[in-house]
Amino acid sequence: MNNVCVYCEIEEGKIQDVSYELLTKGRSLANQLNVKLEALIIGDSLAGMGKEVSKYGVDIVYLADDKRLYPFTTLPHTAIAVGLFKETQPQIVLMGATSIGRDLGPRISSSLTSGLTADCTDLQIGEYEDKKAGKKYENLLYQIRPAFGGNIVATIVNPDNRPQMATVREGVMKKEILTESHKAEVVNIDVNKYLNDADFAVKIIERQIEQSKVNLKGSSIIIAGGYGVGSKENFNLLYDLAHAIGAEVGASRAAVDAGFADKERQIGQTGITVRPKLYIACGISGQIQHIAGMQESAMVISINNDPNAPINKLADYVIQGNLENIIPKMIKYYRKNIIAPCPLRGGPRG
Amino acid sequence: MYKIIVLVKQVPDTRNVGKDAMKADGTVNRAALPAIFNPEDLNALELALEVKDKYPDTHITLLTMGPVRAAEILREGLYRGADAGVLLTDKAFAGSDTLATSYALSRAVRKIGEFDLIFAGRQAIDGDTAQVGPQVADKLGIPQITYAEDVISLKDKTVQIKRRLERGFEVVEGQLPLLITAHSTAPDCRPRNAKRLMKYKRATTLSERHNVSDDYLSANQKPYLSITEWCAKDVDSDLAQLGLGGSPTKVRQVENIVFQAKESKVLTTDDGDIEWLMQELITNHTIG
Ligand SMILES: Cc1cc2nc3c(=O)[nH]c(=O)nc-3n(C[C@H](O)[C@H](O)[C@H](O)COP(=O)(O)OP(=O)(O)OC[C@H]3O[C@@H](n4cnc5c(N)ncnc54)[C@H](O)[C@@H]3O)c2cc1C
Repeated sequence: MNNVCVYCEIEEGKIQDVSYELLTKGRSLANQLNVKLEALIIGDSLAGMGKEVSKYGVDIVYLADDKRLYPFTTLPHTAIAVGLFKETQPQIVLMGATSIGRDLGPRISSSLTSGLTADCTDLQIGEYEDKKAGKKYENLLYQIRPAFGGNIVATIVNPDNRPQMATVREGVMKKEILTESHKAEVVNIDVNKYLNDADFAVKIIERQIEQSKVNLKGSSIIIAGGYGVGSKENFNLLYDLAHAIGAEVGASRAAVDAGFADKERQIGQTGITVRPKLYIACGISGQIQHIAGMQESAMVISINNDPNAPINKLADYVIQGNLENIIPKMIKYYRKNIIAPCPLRGGPRG
Repeated sequence: MYKIIVLVKQVPDTRNVGKDAMKADGTVNRAALPAIFNPEDLNALELALEVKDKYPDTHITLLTMGPVRAAEILREGLYRGADAGVLLTDKAFAGSDTLATSYALSRAVRKIGEFDLIFAGRQAIDGDTAQVGPQVADKLGIPQITYAEDVISLKDKTVQIKRRLERGFEVVEGQLPLLITAHSTAPDCRPRNAKRLMKYKRATTLSERHNVSDDYLSANQKPYLSITEWCAKDVDSDLAQLGLGGSPTKVRQVENIVFQAKESKVLTTDDGDIEWLMQELITNHTIG
């Protein structure tokens, strides 16, 4: 009772990274609260999964194993999670802000009338005072996320309703094994207790999962383009530079919305979080939602024609001017000064 | 013929926050931002209109919750092919989080009556939460199909939908009634129709007609010029589940973030500057 629970996502027999990241965060929250960490895994052929997650510090693993439960569909997973949570009453439930988590999370939160905060960039434990009601709360989950309207970050709490639910994007938290030998108690759920035929109203006819062509998380150099890049054609400048120096190309949401780059390249609060050795921001102003996804870069270069662009404050080097002029020169002088040719990597031209 | 409800929202245009909209303290002057039809709600409307293309007897009702001004997007939807609009507006809704919003919307859906399909945008650009669609479906006790990019087929009570996932896609089949959220990769919404623009230009809500007696008269003559407006009481909602009080999530604090400015080196576009930088990056093994 009152534990921290992470809903673990499965794709092609493997638990997804975002779930391991949340287990790692969940472990530290559970330590602060002095409670247990639970994992809920719903799918098919789950033997061995308990052992897989226990390394991350899980104390109790709930397995809902049934061939009808993979691939994910909304209602059966909701029914099991809601049914289980009514019994186990976790105080916190975390899930990935993924295609699955963003479909399932709101459904569970509505069923349990509990608050859900999307796309948190940080989670902490703290107190809260409701001055109007004259009530004080201790050990609440702080769900921290940028808010629209400037460089502002909001801390959301759920004082009265349980569980306190939050979704987090992949890459925001760090995944870390606690100890290889950590052992969890495995509880097999009797799924028929929670499911009925009506839960299988939506059937999957066809399903195709593509391997991502873009590997932003694994890249040590990222060249990110913003609305200032101006067009899809101009993005080729970024691919050229990426190709030359061995980097991956990312984008701001404004660039994605404008159709300059694919959504899977979006960096930021509602995209991916990266921590490269070098981040080159081209025509990106540096709004908080973007910064949230790149502020842990070791070195930042900002190319911008506005000397006061907010991102310049985070930059080690600021190149003031039009990126159309600057990027070709970077390629030219890189080629001139590099001795050994670098292996080919990166963008669509790679 | 199908009865369809499309959930729509008026949002600040977060994609074009120019320098003019920024206040000195670094926050956005919302009033300086244009209010627009949430982009994915337009995709949702298009999916509904495509059903109507195929089954012309289909009736499409737009439903929005928001301030009086949100009637603008209802008119926009009427110009593009919807049959009716409903504005849900009340001070009691102020401060609603997604759950309280979904509750209010679900009450309004109940009041509209029978339906076969509800379409909604996947998410609104001012929050990107993607929660309201699924939560409304839950409150109504119907299945959901999220991230739709195409209605592959619809016959009798069976619908097939192509869903766009982060990596890949799925084709799923469900039985009506259900709620579908539209992904940005669904077809763009058709433009306004000139005839419909003429017809609905003067369609208004009660609040908009408040002081305009002429318009009020004409609305009385032509029922289609009257956009339905409901308050919390009209949809028979439990006040405790609305607004700030009905929202499980509370904002504890909002913090203005001031970035710790780094000691940055400023360079120009001169060849000398760029060559120096590239040499620097190569020498310290950042690249190469
Ligand atoms: C709920 C929500 C979630 C969001 N999530 C994200 C997210 O995950 N990621 C994200 O990035 N954003 C996100 N945003 C959007 C974010 O608030 C900003 O709107 C966005 O990051 C701005 O992108 P930008 O910097 O590319 O565009 P702009 O702010 O328009 O900046 C363009 C920059 O380019 C410069 N420029 C113009 N022309 C040139 C040129 N020729 N050469 C050099 N520089 C030039 C300009 O000086 C300016 O600094 C989100 C917003 C909301 C409301």
